[in-house]
Amino acid sequence: MTTVIIKTTTKFLAALILTFGAYIILHGHLTPGGGFQGGAVVASGLALLIVACEGDVIMERFKRVPLSALESVGALGFLGVATLGFMGYTFFRNVIANSGFPLFGDPTPPGINPGYLNTGGTLPYMNIFVGTKVLAGLTSIILVFYLLLEVRKDE
Amino acid sequence: MRRALGLFAFIGFTLFLIAAAMSLRPFGEPVHTEMDDYFIDHAQMEASANNVVTSIVFDYRGFDTLGEATVLFTAVAGVLMALRRKGVKV
Repeated sequence: MTTVIIKTTTKFLAALILTFGAYIILHGHLTPGGGFQGGAVVASGLALLIVACEGDVIMERFKRVPLSALESVGALGFLGVATLGFMGYTFFRNVIANSGFPLFGDPTPPGINPGYLNTGGTLPYMNIFVGTKVLAGLTSIILVFYLLLEVRKDE
Repeated sequence: MRRALGLFAFIGFTLFLIAAAMSLRPFGEPVHTEMDDYFIDHAQMEASANNVVTSIVFDYRGFDTLGEATVLFTAVAGVLMALRRKGVKV
């Protein structure tokens, strides 16, 4: 499947797709999108990279990427951010919102506004963790399917 | 006999679905709108996010997202356990 067309297209498209996924994850509390959707977009870019390479190159590259560890970090970080709400409130309470915390803690200007990135409280953190989790999970599923395909081809 | 039973069940289920579709509320007239109005009015100030959908998914209904994350984790763990090659770490 590694024709010249796929390789050349991947060179241009993969960087754009990964950047777009990161944008969707980071702007989840301002524009449509969020962690799950952005993670799926990043995973599709990584799937393009997987398809455009030979099996040995893929194994060499993904040997240094701890995908299952990233998935676990995403899940535990999501739970940890949710547990922050126990500081005086309940589970999943948005404690950082409107509190003046340096990162994502500023209050939102009321009414219709163009979107102020430094707001949202715990929502951007949850977006980032869920995005990490989804991209690691979907990429590992695609990688396992691809390796299975390689095994079938060898036999 | 079994065939007649299946046909009977099919017709009954179809009639049930048609009756359910006939008794739907007309489009644009939901039953209770208090919760929707509350979210639209307060989500921006309480969760301090412009995107109301994200504030509902991650703040008001965080448990739904937790279940969804659990489903994804289970799916990935199942696929990795069933299909991985011996000696390959993913």
